[in-house]
Amino acid sequence: MKTSSTTAPHHNSGISLARLFQTSEAVRGYTLLSPTLLALLLGLAMPLAVLFTLSFWIQDYLDFIRTFSLKNYIDFFQKPIYGKILIKSIRMSGLVTLATVLLAYPMAYFIAFRIQHNKLIWLILITVPFWTSYLLRVFAWKLMLGYNGVINSGLKTLGFISEPLEFLLYNPAAVMITLAHAWAAFAILPIYVSLEKIDRSLLEAARDLGENAFITFVRVTLPLSLPGVIAASLLVFIPTVGDYVTPSLVGGPSGIMIGNIIQSMFGKALNWPLGAAISVISMLTVALMISLFLWGTQSFRRKVA
Amino acid sequence: MSNQRPWWRPDGFLLYAIIYLTFIYLPVLFLPLFSFNSSKYIAFPLKSFTLKWYHQMVNSPSMLEALLNSVKVGLIVAIVSTILGLLAAKALTRYRLPGRGPVISFIMIPLVIPEIILAISLLILISQLDIPLSLWTVGFSHSLLCTPFAMLVLISRMEGFDNSLEEAALDLGENGWMTFWRVTFPIVLPGIVASLLLTFTISFDEFVLAFFLSSTDATLPIYIWSSLRFPTKIPAVLALGSSIFVISFFVVSFAEWLRRRGVKLESTSGI
Repeated sequence: MKTSSTTAPHHNSGISLARLFQTSEAVRGYTLLSPTLLALLLGLAMPLAVLFTLSFWIQDYLDFIRTFSLKNYIDFFQKPIYGKILIKSIRMSGLVTLATVLLAYPMAYFIAFRIQHNKLIWLILITVPFWTSYLLRVFAWKLMLGYNGVINSGLKTLGFISEPLEFLLYNPAAVMITLAHAWAAFAILPIYVSLEKIDRSLLEAARDLGENAFITFVRVTLPLSLPGVIAASLLVFIPTVGDYVTPSLVGGPSGIMIGNIIQSMFGKALNWPLGAAISVISMLTVALMISLFLWGTQSFRRKVA
Repeated sequence: MSNQRPWWRPDGFLLYAIIYLTFIYLPVLFLPLFSFNSSKYIAFPLKSFTLKWYHQMVNSPSMLEALLNSVKVGLIVAIVSTILGLLAAKALTRYRLPGRGPVISFIMIPLVIPEIILAISLLILISQLDIPLSLWTVGFSHSLLCTPFAMLVLISRMEGFDNSLEEAALDLGENGWMTFWRVTFPIVLPGIVASLLLTFTISFDEFVLAFFLSSTDATLPIYIWSSLRFPTKIPAVLALGSSIFVISFFVVSFAEWLRRRGVKLESTSGI
């Protein structure tokens, strides 16, 4: 955009502006884009800039001390609790991502390769449970794992236990199971799309050349479906790492995640600048993890292919 | 290859598919079950069948108001984000733009930062500008979140778009607006419908942004969140959840029926 407007002749600018609009694709394109970009500048770039700025201020009762200070960042690294919870959150949602993707892959494979007709029906079948409100889906796990819940009542009726098991709910495992369930559809769909795109003749070629089914899968199907696996991993990892709804409903004190800390800084704890600093650090850490992950999958692909 | 074998052939894969479907369906199926259970405690054993929670649901003004608020916000968000997504998708597919990659990445940012961070950044900005929180601030934040989804859906519809159709209309003397209305719009329409449905659904179920950016007017997820703390309110919430589920089932079936009919019409009218 900048280049095309600077190359415009300056001497007859009145006429050339109109002509520029008609001839330059870039100018017309960016004019069309401008409402969307403006909305995002206002609602995304500006808030993130303000968040960054606020992380260098200090909370002073209901107001802020608006001078540059590293206090919040120093606080973060001096009190090990924040860092510990951040690392725990990343580990938890990393495990959730791994479990969700591993569980989703065979299902996506089944729909892509075994189902011949009405694949759409199967895809809809996969998404139907996720039409229920997210909060109610999380609540459903409270029903499953709770004191008088499905699992405890079932085991009791079958005579395996006499008293309900109390350790099922309110712990990190409950959070991870609930998250793995809540985000299942987000893993299946991208993996399915990438499997569906694979040219079937490539698989036949590998088999004709004498590879067995397993080697064909590892050397042909898996690498070709990697874009879907990567998309699925990001679609699950990013939202779950910042989630605070699930930990607060089924996590109990031991299951809290970094989202709960950030939320409390903007609620009960009332320390917005510290909350902003924790958010900035979390965002950078998540971005680092994602870069490492993408780098890792890239080198995997190069090694296999 | 294995193409001739039927999908229901009993083997490990089929067994896995059945277990997987059970895993994703089972917890959710207990929600409607308890909406018909006469005990006000959500626990086993079940008592007896009742419709009283559905009765309570229809007679709860605060719940219905929250539902109405969510519908209002969802409709506005669907329209705004689809327009913004349409403009962006059109610009990105129609013109060769310098800086196309960075622009796309920028629009996609709401998808790759955790929602809570989006929510608090907006909260800080809005409070620094002294703008009062309301359903409008919720709607604004939802539109930001939904625009990338709208853009993705519309780009995939427009990618195969034949620009010569528009050029032909322009050559035949239509102005830019009429060209859009009579040529571009009908072709992109299925994408627009899909985008409206998707963005409405996202907004309707969105909790985190609404939690931070609303004031006293609750949206439905906020109402649900607050009732989860009061066990006596939960059965009526489950009744509402089940009703919404049934309605969305009919809407999706209707949309699918329309789509199939459209495909049939397209293939029979031989132009």
